[in-house]
Amino acid sequence: MPSLGGVCVQLEDEIASMGAVIGASWGGVKSMTATSGPGFSLMQENIGLAIMTETPCVVVDVQRVGPSTGQATKCAQGDIMQARWGTHGDHEIIALAPDSVQEMFTLTVKAFNLSEQYRTPVILLSDEIISHLRERIDLPEHIEVVDRRELLQPPFFTSGNKFPKGMPPLGRGLAVSVTGSSHDSLGIRATSDQDIHRKLVEGLASKISRGRDSLTDFEATGIEECDIGVISFGCTSRAVYDAIEIVAERGIKVGHLRLRTIWPFPEEKIRELTKVADVVLVPEMNLGQLFLEVERVAPESAKIVPLNKVGGGLMFTPDEISSAILRNVAR
Amino acid sequence: MHLSHDLHFARTYLREEVLPSPFCSGCGCGTLANCFLKAIEETGYKDLKRFVFCSGIGCSAWIPSPHFRADTIHVTHGRSIPVALGVKLARPELKVVVFGGDGDLAGIGLNHLIQAARRNLDVMVIMVNNMIYGMTGGQVAPTTPLNVKTSTTPFGSFEYPLDASRLMVASGASYVARWTTFHAIQVKEAVKEGLAKGGFSFIEVVTQCPAIFGRRLGMEDGRRMLHWFRENSIPISKAEDMEGTSLTGKIVVGEFVNIEKPGLLRNLDELKRKVTRAEHA
Repeated sequence: MPSLGGVCVQLEDEIASMGAVIGASWGGVKSMTATSGPGFSLMQENIGLAIMTETPCVVVDVQRVGPSTGQATKCAQGDIMQARWGTHGDHEIIALAPDSVQEMFTLTVKAFNLSEQYRTPVILLSDEIISHLRERIDLPEHIEVVDRRELLQPPFFTSGNKFPKGMPPLGRGLAVSVTGSSHDSLGIRATSDQDIHRKLVEGLASKISRGRDSLTDFEATGIEECDIGVISFGCTSRAVYDAIEIVAERGIKVGHLRLRTIWPFPEEKIRELTKVADVVLVPEMNLGQLFLEVERVAPESAKIVPLNKVGGGLMFTPDEISSAILRNVAR
Repeated sequence: MHLSHDLHFARTYLREEVLPSPFCSGCGCGTLANCFLKAIEETGYKDLKRFVFCSGIGCSAWIPSPHFRADTIHVTHGRSIPVALGVKLARPELKVVVFGGDGDLAGIGLNHLIQAARRNLDVMVIMVNNMIYGMTGGQVAPTTPLNVKTSTTPFGSFEYPLDASRLMVASGASYVARWTTFHAIQVKEAVKEGLAKGGFSFIEVVTQCPAIFGRRLGMEDGRRMLHWFRENSIPISKAEDMEGTSLTGKIVVGEFVNIEKPGLLRNLDELKRKVTRAEHA
């Protein structure tokens, strides 16, 4: 970083890292931090602060086996719900899941861009296997970058349907008031007014939920016509691609939806798949966190089947997934 | 420099629309705000444009946010120093000042305080020590003297208080001073001295909280607490010759350290230069 004009500091704990990322972002620069599950837990209070103060920043969480120290350095996908609800209070969050080194690159860029557009922290929800991969990547000639927009006139903060496009710069005499307490659109604390709080949290949530369609990012293969559906993300999806080839030899067509956006949950796309596929398999390296979400949005007629693998850190093998497909496919 | 002779000098630096202040009658936070702003005025700053104030949770966090007409960042409990670090690294040209209480900085945020002093981070931290968690109803703090009854130690506190200023000296800060709100002039001078320093400056201001702390000691009046500070303050030069036990219940005041030592930013600048030179070589 020093030769690029940037700064990289290792702080005393992940609480401090998340705080410094927020301070740096208000200072006018793009900032990020990276950690794994336990550190992600420590970051949650200040992720809430970033949401409440509408601070653009990027947090990389490399998922590992938990809870607690669990099996350190072993892969898992158990932070789906921590990413969604790890910090207290009503809020929405944006979380992206890469499945390759290439996507670690492209989705990090995308995470920064979304954080600027929505003025909110964006989680890059990776896992131990993806983050330890070495693969060839293509660096695009042109990288689309959303620059920080200066906002010199209030409102500086969201209230109801209006959310600000840009951030007020510090050091320019604007007397910017940033607070993690409930506040009005000027940033002045309002800790008793019910209406101000409601408008604020509804606005903070709706700016993301209203963007659900444009935020939804996925890779779909064969979902127009299939015998069975599979929904996957992260390292698990790499085994799914192989499993699809294995079962194709038996004439089974799989509709595969690989999620790049985990939050906000791509509800429409999931429904689309469940309309075509009678059975949908959800393999994941946890006890069924994504499965519950799929079940929530799928019509009652759809059969959603969980496939879970936890502990040890080994990813699904293609055989484990192809066997599950063969067991569950409706013939 | 004054807007008009009718105005108190400090109003230039205040967000007047948020007045009156929510501080209790007799509280020392107003005195401290006054001392700080007087130092600002005497240093020659016509406004607080080049300042960023960070504060956590507690009454003292409200001194800058929302009172100061400046960029103010009011964050989570104990986390003002990491946020200040982020601001300072992004904007080295701005003065970054942290206001916090003893609970905020010496309790929940103590690790950040120690590490900031160790880094000699170019930030001023003003610790408003009222010896109790005032805002939340008078719970025992890491700074509460032994045997004081608080809402969580109804039979008297049974732990020893932390000497944050000595800790800051040991941690490597460039500037450390402790005064009380009785020592208004000295507080003001300490702020001026600290602002001129490179590296980490720490000013502990023992502050009266008559509403929550004082009344537990039979001092419901802010003035009585100020007298108490006056009678129990010992200059650091004198304290050095005194036995440990005779200092119990006393407040050692003065400049604990005032040294020239490169701050974090200068070290980072040097690193940048070194790396760039190596790349061009």
